[in-house]
Amino acid sequence: MNEQARTAVRGLWRDAGRRLTGNRIALAALGVIVLVALFALLAPALSPWGYDSLDWEHLALPPGASAAHWLGTDRLGRDLLVRTLHGVRLSLLISVLASLVSLVIGVLWGAVAGLAGGRTDGWMMRLVDVLYSLPYLFIVIILTTLWRRGSIAALLLALGAVGWLTTARIVRGQALALKQREFIEAARAVGVPAPAILLRHIVPNLLGPVLVYATLIVPQMIVFESFLSFLGLGVQEPHASLGNLILTGAQEMESAPWLLLVPAAFLVVLLICFNFLGDGLRDAFDPRAR
Amino acid sequence: MPSIPARAEAAAAPVVLSLSRLTVTFDTPRGSITAAREVTLQVERGECLGVVGESGAGKSQVFLAVMGLLAGNGRAQGSARFLGTELLRLAPAALDRVRGAGIGMVFQDPMSSLTPHLTVGEQIAEVIRRHRGVGRAAARAAALALLERVQVSDPERRMRQYPHQLSGGLRQRVMIAIALSSEPQLLIADEPTTSLDVTVQAQILALLAGLKRERAMAMVLITHDFGAVAGVADRVAVLREGCIVETGPVAAVLKAPRDPYTRTLLRDTPRLDAATDAAGQAPGTSAAPRVAALTLTDLTVRFDVGRGLFRPHARLTAVSAVSLELYAGESLGVVGESGCGKSTLVRAALQLLRPAAGRVVWMGQALGDLPKGALRALRRDLQIIFQDPLGSLDPRMTVGEIVGEPLRVHAPDLDRGARAAQLAAVLRRVGLTAELASRYPHELSGGQCQRVGIARATILRPRLLVCDEPVSALDVPTQQQIVTLLAQLQRESGMCLLFVSHNLALVRQLCERVLVLYLGRMMELAPAHSLYTGPRHPYTRELLAAVPVPDPDIQPARLARARPGEPPSPLSPPSGCVYRTRCPHAAAVCAERIPEWEELPDGRRVACHRWRELP
Amino acid sequence: MLSYALRRIAGTVPTLLVIISVSFCVVRLAPGGPFAQEQALPPPVRANLERLYGLDQPLTVQYAHYLRGLLRGDFGPSLGQRDFTVSELIAQGLPLSATLGLAAILLAVLTGVPAGVLAALWRNRGADYCITTLAAVALALPSFVTGPLFALVFGLYLRWLPVAGWQHGAPRYLVLPVLTLALPVAAYLARLTRASLLEVLGAHYVLSARARGLGAARVLWRHALRPALMPAVSYLGPAVAFVMTGSLVVETVFGLPGTGRYLVEGAIDRDYPLVMGMVVVYGSLTLLLNLIADLIYGALDPGVRRE
Ligand code: SF4
Repeated sequence: MNEQARTAVRGLWRDAGRRLTGNRIALAALGVIVLVALFALLAPALSPWGYDSLDWEHLALPPGASAAHWLGTDRLGRDLLVRTLHGVRLSLLISVLASLVSLVIGVLWGAVAGLAGGRTDGWMMRLVDVLYSLPYLFIVIILTTLWRRGSIAALLLALGAVGWLTTARIVRGQALALKQREFIEAARAVGVPAPAILLRHIVPNLLGPVLVYATLIVPQMIVFESFLSFLGLGVQEPHASLGNLILTGAQEMESAPWLLLVPAAFLVVLLICFNFLGDGLRDAFDPRAR
Repeated sequence: MPSIPARAEAAAAPVVLSLSRLTVTFDTPRGSITAAREVTLQVERGECLGVVGESGAGKSQVFLAVMGLLAGNGRAQGSARFLGTELLRLAPAALDRVRGAGIGMVFQDPMSSLTPHLTVGEQIAEVIRRHRGVGRAAARAAALALLERVQVSDPERRMRQYPHQLSGGLRQRVMIAIALSSEPQLLIADEPTTSLDVTVQAQILALLAGLKRERAMAMVLITHDFGAVAGVADRVAVLREGCIVETGPVAAVLKAPRDPYTRTLLRDTPRLDAATDAAGQAPGTSAAPRVAALTLTDLTVRFDVGRGLFRPHARLTAVSAVSLELYAGESLGVVGESGCGKSTLVRAALQLLRPAAGRVVWMGQALGDLPKGALRALRRDLQIIFQDPLGSLDPRMTVGEIVGEPLRVHAPDLDRGARAAQLAAVLRRVGLTAELASRYPHELSGGQCQRVGIARATILRPRLLVCDEPVSALDVPTQQQIVTLLAQLQRESGMCLLFVSHNLALVRQLCERVLVLYLGRMMELAPAHSLYTGPRHPYTRELLAAVPVPDPDIQPARLARARPGEPPSPLSPPSGCVYRTRCPHAAAVCAERIPEWEELPDGRRVACHRWRELP
Repeated sequence: MLSYALRRIAGTVPTLLVIISVSFCVVRLAPGGPFAQEQALPPPVRANLERLYGLDQPLTVQYAHYLRGLLRGDFGPSLGQRDFTVSELIAQGLPLSATLGLAAILLAVLTGVPAGVLAALWRNRGADYCITTLAAVALALPSFVTGPLFALVFGLYLRWLPVAGWQHGAPRYLVLPVLTLALPVAAYLARLTRASLLEVLGAHYVLSARARGLGAARVLWRHALRPALMPAVSYLGPAVAFVMTGSLVVETVFGLPGTGRYLVEGAIDRDYPLVMGMVVVYGSLTLLLNLIADLIYGALDPGVRRE
């Protein structure tokens, strides 16, 4: 990236940062996410229990019943807090990586379609429309059946393969709109070569929406991942993800409702915080939101 | 419960609308904003009051407040009496009766002001039924009669059409018909012609003037254009930043304004009948032999429209066989109504669009044949400024980066100091302070943005500057400043100026020669002076006759001569002479053959079969 | 209108073919067939099984065979549930799933749209805040969380409704599943409707209609409502896909024998004919319902047909 593009990006970040710090809810949401993520990263290491270590003396212990297990244990005596945090860690890891995969594919696909325009654009977006008109999780299900069950790589690929559709649409729409803006024509009229126009004018202007979308796609991916694990197509026992913890919880809610409530609460808090953060970022990056 | 007085009483009361100390404020998160302050005015029966001001002067808000149509955060204080009834404190039901039956309103943009999913007939009949209490059939008949009155052709068919199927002029006529449908005693027209082409503008203003005479209605004409006021209004009120600065009979205000602001506005309004031509130069008299800098030969541009995987393409010819020579150091104006292809023409000339046919030669080099790199290098001589001042600047770049970009491309070896010096110099030249270099476009005013655009275009000292409607998004005084700046830059540098505009009066100020386009074809090309004083082509005549002149002595008579008709769709242009569907002199030959681009004895050019026979 | 409808229908057919072909290829090219997992079969047995199901034929032959079957409504035998054909399984499950889905969409439309309208009309007042907050929370909750929670609260604690089961369509058993499915759709519709009605209420033509003295009710009903509902109508297509996806969870959570369950089980067992059959059925259903949504859109908006 050349110097000018860098300053443009810096300007963008400075402006957006200023607006974001004015948004209390988004900041609080960011704080909670960072806290939960840190906790999820560190806590399992600090706790005496592993995600699969069994405590035969405390089976199906409700929360608060023992100082050894703050949030109780499951039927096998595994610490629920530790398992949930493991689940959060795995879910976050998978969804962030899947978001990255889908962003890369989506941005490339959308940018090429939008910038090429015409027939190329028509066919590229037609494909996206076709895939879009399918219930997206069916595609994921088909893809996950292709690999060994529980394979994280397969899960990543499947989630990424679906998530790129919306990204591609958004980026393509932005690219099309940008192409028609007069300042792009102005750059051409000045004699700026095409690659420089792309780098200096189009990429920095696409960056905002893509970043915003990135924060909105992560919670979607968390949901996708948990959904698959919930259905038994994703992460498998004894590994824990939010989805299969909720599945276990749902199966045993009559005798041990905390097994459902604890992981569900973590999931819901994460999702709500990501959504607030995404909304805040959208407001911050939208130049018209002044 | 207040009610509207019966018609008989109304006839006795000469004052229809009376505002007294009307103040309009809006509550915003950053405190309250006053849009209008203590406005006091009266409108009498049978009279038209022109309310003039720049955008943001609060002129629309005053009358929205009268109608009880302010946005949710708006408040109106003071008094607004309609035939003696206080409107500001009226119950909703009574207010609805006044809105429809007492006061009719016409808005600026007829497309967005008509409900898109209801047919024209439904929308007119709805108001008639509501306020006249008649049945379906009677309402339909009345709607038809109204459409005929506002001179809508083929009203039966129009009744069944949706707003998007109508042209801009027809839509505004429908709006007027709706406003009249309950026989109001006051008609408020809020910038009724601003979004329309100049010939259609004249038709609509003439229609309003006629209605006022015929129905003895009171009328309020809100506008930024003294020309519109001169043709229709009896009295004028000038608003500035929410306050009335001057009011009086139209002749007095327009001819002998007392307030300094009114004087500035009037002085800055370009006049078609002004004596000054082309920035004071005597046009066409330079003794030196003229060298063609830019030559266009049979330039044609086509667009595909309605692209779809399952649909046939339609071809639109936006510019058709245009040939032109632009002399070194000359300023040439390109005028025409929207859709005439003037912007397309100059973009094709700069090779920003690929022409379908024809040649563009700049200083002996055919631009179409040049390899990409050579064309890019040439671009330092060929620059352009755009219509949308903000939209033509990259929102993520600072002013300094924007203006410096041409240097980066064409003089990459320049060191930091030299670059900064050039930047500072060009900012000074266009009248911007050096501090602005670190600002972003959205922090600037429209006029400042356009100056940034000019700075970017002139930092390399180009030899041709194309200006595509550079001032049409700006207010009158800012327009004047930008035009003055362009004239000054041209004088200093001796560059060619290709100035595209729909504002004929403005073009007269700046350009030595003028090209008139209609539906993508050349109609007339002549030195500005002779074109404006003695147009030869029938279309040029209509165009010039339609331009409003801010002079109440002559403008009403000019309006009365407004001719009907709107340009046909460029997708299916008429055969032969494209203007024949509106031309008063059209003959059989006009439909058969495309007229030649003939050179007249005095050097001007005209495309018309019958120019010899015309007076 | 007719030509618009025909164009839309013509556009659907190739999409359907693409769906069928892609799912065929993906599933057939999958590493490890249904007999490759769990316990290894002796090679001769395996070869016999593959011949029985036509898996030893070249792919093109299999594809042609499959397409011919589809035209007759025959999706082939299920590999997982050996006693049934895929068509039989679909025929068993589809009525339940369809009832569930349609009821959910109907409920969502009937609650979400009015809620959105009310929120817009009462903008920035208590009711508006309530509706928007509820919608935001409902949108953040995935159905595999709300489903078990509903079952826990309404079924186990309050004992108002049965937790799970089917009982051949007794309405009581459908309440919680339908509620779970409808909730996010209703929330999204409410949000969408609120935003678009607010935008329309600020539009020039609404101002202009008010200036004609038509009265607030008539302006809302005749001028504002129809354009304000357009985004909701165009969301109906995606909503269908969403509900179908949700039905996988809901049928699992509430133990309902619908097609969603078969899809999940088929995917776990690598029962290719079953998965493909489900994809084809769901794909065509989605396309059909999308088409209907498009046609409604076209009927409501005079501008779309022409364009
Ligand atoms: S050629 Fe005929 S139609 Fe065209 S301008 Fe001349 S007289 Fe009119």
